[in-house]
Amino acid sequence: MTGKPPPLDLDRLIDDRRTRIIVCCGSGGVGKTTIAAAIGLRAAERGRHVVVLTVDPARRLAQSMGLTSLDNTPRPVRGIKTEDHPAGNEAESAGSLHAMMLDMKRTFDEIVEAHADPDRAAQILANPFYLSLSSSFAGTQEYMAMEKLGQLRRADEWDLIVVDTPPSRSALDFLDAPQRLARFLDGRLLRLLIAPAKVGGRAYLRALNVGFGMVTGVLTKILGTQVLRDVQTFVSALDTMFGGFRERADYTYQLLRAPGTAFLVVAAPEDDALREASYFVERLDTERMPLAGLVLNRVQRVPAVHLSAARSLAAVEALAGAAGNTASGHGAAADEGAAHDGSGEHGEHGTARQLTIAALQLHADRMTQAASERRMASGFAAAHPLVPMAQIPAQPEDVHDLEGLRRIGESFAAD
Amino acid sequence: MATRDTDWDGVRLHVVTGKGGTGKTTVAGALALALAADGRRVLLMEVEGRQGIAQLFDVPPLPYEERRIAVGPGTGSHPGGDVFALVADPESALIEYLQMFYSLRHAGSALAKLGVMDFATTIAPGLRDVLLTGKAAEAVRRKDGNRGRSYDAVVMDAPPTGRIGRFLNVSAEVSDLARVGPIRGHADTVQQVIRSPETVVHFVTVLEEMPVQETLDGIAELRELGGIRPGGIIVNMTRPLALPPGQLKKAAAGKLDLAQLATGLKSAGLDDSHSLATALAAELAEQARTTLGQEEQQQRLDTAGQPCYRLPWITGGIDLAGLYRLATALREQKAA
Repeated sequence: MTGKPPPLDLDRLIDDRRTRIIVCCGSGGVGKTTIAAAIGLRAAERGRHVVVLTVDPARRLAQSMGLTSLDNTPRPVRGIKTEDHPAGNEAESAGSLHAMMLDMKRTFDEIVEAHADPDRAAQILANPFYLSLSSSFAGTQEYMAMEKLGQLRRADEWDLIVVDTPPSRSALDFLDAPQRLARFLDGRLLRLLIAPAKVGGRAYLRALNVGFGMVTGVLTKILGTQVLRDVQTFVSALDTMFGGFRERADYTYQLLRAPGTAFLVVAAPEDDALREASYFVERLDTERMPLAGLVLNRVQRVPAVHLSAARSLAAVEALAGAAGNTASGHGAAADEGAAHDGSGEHGEHGTARQLTIAALQLHADRMTQAASERRMASGFAAAHPLVPMAQIPAQPEDVHDLEGLRRIGESFAAD
Repeated sequence: MATRDTDWDGVRLHVVTGKGGTGKTTVAGALALALAADGRRVLLMEVEGRQGIAQLFDVPPLPYEERRIAVGPGTGSHPGGDVFALVADPESALIEYLQMFYSLRHAGSALAKLGVMDFATTIAPGLRDVLLTGKAAEAVRRKDGNRGRSYDAVVMDAPPTGRIGRFLNVSAEVSDLARVGPIRGHADTVQQVIRSPETVVHFVTVLEEMPVQETLDGIAELRELGGIRPGGIIVNMTRPLALPPGQLKKAAAGKLDLAQLATGLKSAGLDDSHSLATALAAELAEQARTTLGQEEQQQRLDTAGQPCYRLPWITGGIDLAGLYRLATALREQKAA
C-alpha cells in the first residue's frame, strides 16, 4: 500500500471550457456508455453544450436519452436541469445536451461518397468486399467512431463532445484499429495486387525469395480466381481514396493528442478490466495522449463497515445453531436455520433469525468483495501513482433514466 | 469412461459465447473441466488471441499447439480426464491448412510475411472466421488410431454474442464473396460440422438488461439462420439472497422491520445492534433491489425456452479452486 491515488476532479475538467473532447475508454462490460452519458449530463447541467456520441447503448438507457434509432443524428435530450449552474458560468446561457448513436456503415458510406465521383462511389458501395468491410471488419466501428468524432469537432456546434468507445474486448482496439484500417487501405500488398510493377512489387517479392506468380498462384488456390478478381476490382476502385483515408485517420489521431482532449479510462474492479486499464494508461503515455484519470466503476460500498466478514460469519454460525450448517451455502444455511427452529419455524422468532442470517451472510460477502476490490485498486494505484482515480459505487439496478445518470454524476463529486 | 445423463449428450462441439464482462472465458474453462470428468478428453480452444485461457488456468502463454493444461474432476469410479488447450490464430490456421491440403508450407510462411493474412482477414472477415471454425471442426472430426475420436468434446471460447451469428454462419459469409473455389468448399465442410446436432452454442450472461438482451437477440439470430442450435443459457455470477418469504419486496422498499433485525443481531451476540441493524438493512435493501431486477431479467431469459444454468458469484475473483467449483455446479445441473 503506497497511499491513496489523487482524486479525479471531474467537475474541474468539465467546467474548464478548454476541455472540448472527453473520450471514455476501457474494456467491454465495464459501464463505459453509462459513465459517458452521466458525464455528458453533468456537464450540460453545469452549463456546457454537450453532445454524447454513443456506440451501443442499452435500450432503456438510449430511450431515456430520447434515442430510438441508430441514425447518426444528434437528438436533444429532454429533462435536463440547467437552473443552478455554478458561479462563473452565470454569464453563459444554460447548457444543453444532445446524444447520438453511431451508424458505422452509413458513416463509412458517407466517406466514400465524399471522396469518390458518383460513378465510382456507386461501384464501391455495391462491391461485396466493401459490404463485408463496412459492416463487419472488427476495426470499422472504431474507425467510424473516430471519424464521427472528427466530424463533430469540425462542425463546432457543441463545446464539449463526450465519446463512448466501441465495446471491443480490448481497450486498445479503438486506438489501433483506425490506423490499421488506414494502413491496410494504403498498404503495399494492395498496391502490389493492383499494379505489381508500379511500386516495385516484384523486387520486394524477390527479396522474400518468392515469385509474384507464386503469390497470385497461392491466393488463387485459397480464394479462387473469381474472388481475386473481385478484390482487384474493389481495390482499384478504392485506389483514388487511399490518400483521403490516410489523411482522415491522421487528422483524428492528431485530434486525440490536441490540448482540449481528455481521456478517461473506465474499469470495473476486476483483474481483467484493470489489466486492460493498465495497458491503456501506459499506451496513452507512450502516445503522449492526455489521460485525465481512471474511473473505477461499480465499486462495492458497505455501510456497516465496522463489522468484519469473519465476525459476521461467526454470528451466522451462532444463530444457525448446530455447527456445519453454514458450510453448505447461503440458501441451505437459512433453510436449515429455519428448520432447526422447532416450534416457531414461521413464527416471529424464526423470521427474525432468518432475516438476520440473510443480512449477515450478505454483509460477509460484501466485506470480502470490498476488500478484494480495495486490493486491486491499490495495486493499480501503486503501479500508476500519478493517475487520478474516481470510484463510482455499484448501482443496485440498471441505470435507465436521467435521475440514475445524475446520481452517477453526483458520485464523482462526492468521491 | 462412464455414460452420464446430461442435457447435451451427444454434443461434441460446445461453442461458448457471451457479452464482454459476463465471464465467457471463465465459463468456457469451467465447462471444459466439467466435460473432462469421468476420464473424457476435452479440447478448450481460444480464437481471439487474448491468452485468456492461460491467465485463467495460470499457465504461461499458450502457442498454436494442443497442450495439456488441467485434469477434470475425478468421480468415484473414474479419474478425471485431460483438458487440452489450443490458442488458434488465423495465420497459423492458414499455414496449417495450406500444408494439409496443398503441401504449401513455405508458401504459407511467405504469405504471412507479406501480410496476406492481414489483408485477407481485413477485407473479408469471413475468411478469418472460416479458418478458426475450420480448426475447431477439424479437432472435432479428428481420429486417433487407438482411441477413435481424438477428443470426446471440444469447447470453443468464441467471439462475443454480438458477433456470434456471423462468426458461425461462415458458409453464407464466404459464399457472398466466393461462389466457387477451394475456400468455398472448405467453408461448406466446416458448415456441416457447425450445423450438425453435435454442435450447440451456449450463451453466458449476467442478469442485467444489456447482456440479457444480447442473449435473447443472439438466440433469435441463430434460430433465424436455421440449423445452428442454441444450447444452454448460463447465468453467471448469481448471488442468492436467502430472505424469509415475502420479505424481498419489503427489503427493496426499505421497509424491513429494524426491531426484528436488531433482536436477531442481539441474539447472535452482536452489540450496538440498533445502528448495526440500520446499516445492514441498507445493504439488504440494495441487494433486494438488485435481486428484484434480476428476477425480471430471469423471466425474460425464460421466454427463450432454452435450459438455464446458474453459476454462483465467486467472491474475490476466480482462481483454480473457483473454476473447479463452477465446473461442479455445471455438472450438478446436468449442463455437462
